[in-house]
Amino acid sequence: MKRANGLLIYTTLYLAFLYLPVLLLPLFSFNDGTIVAFPIKGWTLDWYRQLGAQDTLLNALGNSLIVGITTALLATSMGLFAARAYVRNRFPGKEASEGLVMLPLVIPGIIVASSMLVLFISIGLKPSLTAVILGHSFLALPFSVSIMKSAFDDFDASLEEAAYDLGSTVLETFRRVTLPVVAPGIVSSFLVTFTVSFDEFVLAFFLSGNEPTLPVYIWSQIRFPAKLPNTLALGSVLLLASVLLLVVAEYFRRRSSSKSA
Amino acid sequence: MFKLRSDTSRGLTLAAPATLYVGLLVAAPLVILVAYSMWTQTYVSIDRTPTWANYREALTDPLVRHLMIRSILIAGAVTVATVLTAYPIAYFIAFRARKKTLWLLLITIPFWSSYLLRVFAWKLILGFNGVMNSALMVTGMIDEPLTFLLYNEFAVVLTLAHAWAPFAILPIYVSLQKIDPSLLEAATDLGNGAVARFLRVTLPLTIPGIIAASLIIFIPTVGDYVTPSLVGGSDGKMIANLIQVQFGAANNWPLGATLSLLAMLAVGFVALVFALGLTAAGRRIR
Repeated sequence: MKRANGLLIYTTLYLAFLYLPVLLLPLFSFNDGTIVAFPIKGWTLDWYRQLGAQDTLLNALGNSLIVGITTALLATSMGLFAARAYVRNRFPGKEASEGLVMLPLVIPGIIVASSMLVLFISIGLKPSLTAVILGHSFLALPFSVSIMKSAFDDFDASLEEAAYDLGSTVLETFRRVTLPVVAPGIVSSFLVTFTVSFDEFVLAFFLSGNEPTLPVYIWSQIRFPAKLPNTLALGSVLLLASVLLLVVAEYFRRRSSSKSA
Repeated sequence: MFKLRSDTSRGLTLAAPATLYVGLLVAAPLVILVAYSMWTQTYVSIDRTPTWANYREALTDPLVRHLMIRSILIAGAVTVATVLTAYPIAYFIAFRARKKTLWLLLITIPFWSSYLLRVFAWKLILGFNGVMNSALMVTGMIDEPLTFLLYNEFAVVLTLAHAWAPFAILPIYVSLQKIDPSLLEAATDLGNGAVARFLRVTLPLTIPGIIAASLIIFIPTVGDYVTPSLVGGSDGKMIANLIQVQFGAANNWPLGATLSLLAMLAVGFVALVFALGLTAAGRRIR
């Protein structure tokens, strides 16, 4: 019993360590001073008010939204089809293919970024939002595939067979049976891949050229101490947005899993 | 027969887009990277006469060797620190916690936020006039700000150990969950104490989880760019910083390509040796 308590204390301290940086950004974003240190001078919402008036920021936000949404669409549709094949079909090279699509998770970011830059320049695609979208879809695909795989795992194949037996075509079955059942998985995959893209920095840093995404914009602001409070406010908004999106994604993922039970 | 063929062809068709996409974006850049590494940068243009000069330069330059070794050592230190600190957490959730899902959720939530912002937060925490120093001074625990917190290897290891926490906890947790409780009972019945039981049954059975966690952490860490740039200072710079310089300010893409390829080879080699070594060690304990 004593050992269990020691473990509990350690786990609690560890959790505090995990949450420390995530809670500090919002805390100091309300600080009425430009230095991030204790004691806190006073409380203000000014840093948040100033955010809306910055054109370059809004521009970067727009870029991030375009990239995030397109990436989410591309990665989720590829992931949806691939996961369907991995769970339902048997075909040669299936295991190799399943392993390959997970590869983007383990390649160091700098290597993905530099090699894609070299590739895109070689085929005449200048650094741009299109280049970032292609790169982010690559990074986001493993997330989509694993989420969609668990959605198909929990989905009774006999439902599809019944639809075929009742005379539905492949497309009709997909639209009227498969899609509604895996819809929560699709929503979850969409939100997760969007967030992966929305938060990604290194690839966007290499590939965005003169169309910065939000993390690239933040990177350019970090260097200026005077901009620090604004960066903190922006960062806090993004932290909140990411966590909210992923909590919603998790909700949908669970809904898709609990259906089979 | 018809059913089987349609099953196969449908599977191939559905898996094709994702497979081709990833396959192409892994293979094509690699081929072009290899080509670039054998070309030469001449001011604004590229000389395409094949040469080993970049490799010769990279392999003999003390700075490259220094940064490569440091990157691998730092990544190794991060891996060890993360796995060691994460193991008790995974153990706690697997064997002691009542609400496992809640604990797992609590551990993953901070990592649903931007990596860049979390590293940035550590920079603010560890800085000379930062959160940690000011908190310690306000509470009277120190008189002078501590200077060893930021801009060194320690800051890099700490920040990365934080960044990778769930990637260590989850695989170890999964391997702990898989342990058949009757094995633990058998060990106790055969007279093993808690420590011996842990070392002889639990630990060897979680080696696959430890290997998975270590590789997931080690490989990307060697090529990490953000953390060494923000909290590493000049003592904490890593190979990714040098690669970025070649593609940016130095504008020497062929050398950058060479460094990328060498980094990839080094990572692959160390990871392979590590995984084989740990597997062998796991067999010996048993």
